[in-house]
Amino acid sequence: MQGNCVIGEAAIRAGCRFYAGYPITPQNELTEYMAEHLRKAEGGVFIQSESEIAAINMIAGASAAGARVMTSSSSPGISLKQEGISSMAACELPGVIVNMMRGGPGLGNIRPSQGDYFQATRGGGHGDYRTIVLAPATGQELADLTMDAFDLADKYRTPVMILADGMMGQMMEPVVFRKPKPRQYPDCYVLKGAGDGKSKFIRGLILDAIEMEEHNWKLARKYDLISRQETRCEIHEAEDAEMMIVAYGTAARVAKGAIRRLRSMGLKVGLFRPVSLWPFPTRELRELSEHIKHFIVFEMSTGQMLDDVRLALQGFANIDFFGRPGGVVPTPAELSNVVSRRYPQKDAYVDRFLRFKVVEGPFGP
Amino acid sequence: MKKIFGRPRSLKPTPTHYCPGCGHSIVHRLVAEVIDEMDMRGSSIGVPPAGCAVLAYFYFDIDMVEAPHGRGPALATGVKRVLPNHLVFSYQGDGDLAAIGTSESFHAANRGENITIIFINNAVYGMTGGQMAPTTILGQKTTTSPPGRTPLLDGYPVQISEILAQLRGAAYIERCTVNSPAAVMKTKRAIRKAFQYQMDNRGFSMVEVLSPCPTNWKMSAVDACKWIDEVMTKEFPLGVLKDIGTKETGKEKKS
Repeated sequence: MQGNCVIGEAAIRAGCRFYAGYPITPQNELTEYMAEHLRKAEGGVFIQSESEIAAINMIAGASAAGARVMTSSSSPGISLKQEGISSMAACELPGVIVNMMRGGPGLGNIRPSQGDYFQATRGGGHGDYRTIVLAPATGQELADLTMDAFDLADKYRTPVMILADGMMGQMMEPVVFRKPKPRQYPDCYVLKGAGDGKSKFIRGLILDAIEMEEHNWKLARKYDLISRQETRCEIHEAEDAEMMIVAYGTAARVAKGAIRRLRSMGLKVGLFRPVSLWPFPTRELRELSEHIKHFIVFEMSTGQMLDDVRLALQGFANIDFFGRPGGVVPTPAELSNVVSRRYPQKDAYVDRFLRFKVVEGPFGP
Repeated sequence: MKKIFGRPRSLKPTPTHYCPGCGHSIVHRLVAEVIDEMDMRGSSIGVPPAGCAVLAYFYFDIDMVEAPHGRGPALATGVKRVLPNHLVFSYQGDGDLAAIGTSESFHAANRGENITIIFINNAVYGMTGGQMAPTTILGQKTTTSPPGRTPLLDGYPVQISEILAQLRGAAYIERCTVNSPAAVMKTKRAIRKAFQYQMDNRGFSMVEVLSPCPTNWKMSAVDACKWIDEVMTKEFPLGVLKDIGTKETGKEKKS
């Protein structure tokens, strides 16, 4: 199945019954899949919204009314959704947001990129909040993490983002859908009308400063709990490694190909792949640095996750970086060339000037 | 002794924060009375706006969910599609509905979304201190149109009800006011009708209420009521702008 469709199918199987979205490349197949299949599911509602902003607010409303909800978009569209994501975080409304990243900033292009890491992991919208961010790297993970995203959203009553890119969305792979867990979301959080009892309201606006502070502390405690309980990562070929590539999503897949080549050349290289980008698997990465002293961060951006890696390693290891930010997916061969040149036994000084691609422009390199 | 008048069940016994002479409290009460009369308190969900009425969830004794500025109709759409048998309304001001949320209102109406918008038009942004709104009258002085609104610099007042009435998804749109007891009763009938249309699945309904804002208009409450009659209704004529008829009497809704 195609990646975008995998997410759609996994969502429907996980009990998603409300989807609103607006067309933007490269995630249109997901919207189209939901239009076709969610409408057939019992109680399923699909709306093609008039804008990204409307879509995120529609899912917020449906979430308040108790449905499992999802919306999807790609980079510029996610920027528009940020108002609503911030609002959902404040109102503690669960929901799943899919971002199939493309090249940016601005409209950029429609090629795969990883330029939205900061936006995704730092909250993205205004205010003091976080969004759980899951980064799949295979078709199978698109299915599994989508199902997990709904469970996490319900468990913590917070928006959860699936952060992938055009490559993941367009790629076709065989997938086995697992049986989803039964939904656990207490009725007390759902607006169904007051019935004969007390009325409820859901809000994020709190005019009283002390109350606002209490609410923000409550959210902060929740984010603290999430960061202790929900970090996920994959560690690959680390036992004897002298150097680790740190990469996520599509870049991690490319890295796996590169590692096969590097290992065949006798270079002991492994991969550290964060699966949850927020919370970032800081502890797991720091533990690795006890016996591995060389890390190279590989991203399809100019180095955004690099910040998190630096925070995790705190100077206990050498950190190098390689990135292609233009919507280009580097090949395993290109990456393995870069890594082999920077492998710790090599002369670091000679290689340093090779670190960044030199761009010939009217003002010289 | 027989009780002949009391607080509607759908309104909490909470004093409101509204300025003296403001129309919000009247409209809140009308909405609550209609919900009570229709026996819908238990299955109503309201969406308050950003702006003066943002604290409506403290006043209405029904379930409510807050929307970001202008997004009420989108949120209400989500709620209504999940709970199609509930009474779902968004309560919005003119800045909320006719500026930042134009797109959401327009398309909710165009989809024939079975929701009701209670649209409070007071020709200014009230809560933020009386700035020019899309509905500000030509010549009206506001904090951001100090010499008075001029078409050359600021464009024209937006007649949102007339615009939405042209959309095929709109079932019922009426413009009323609350500046006299008779007008209040008329507004209540309009709200009742709008809610009834919604419950009959007739499509999108909206009641626009020309509402006094003495504080930001810098007038006495009495003068504000007069100003609505003398100035505002010239720009925003009262009356029914769209009515596709009730289920019993009217034409059937076109699909």
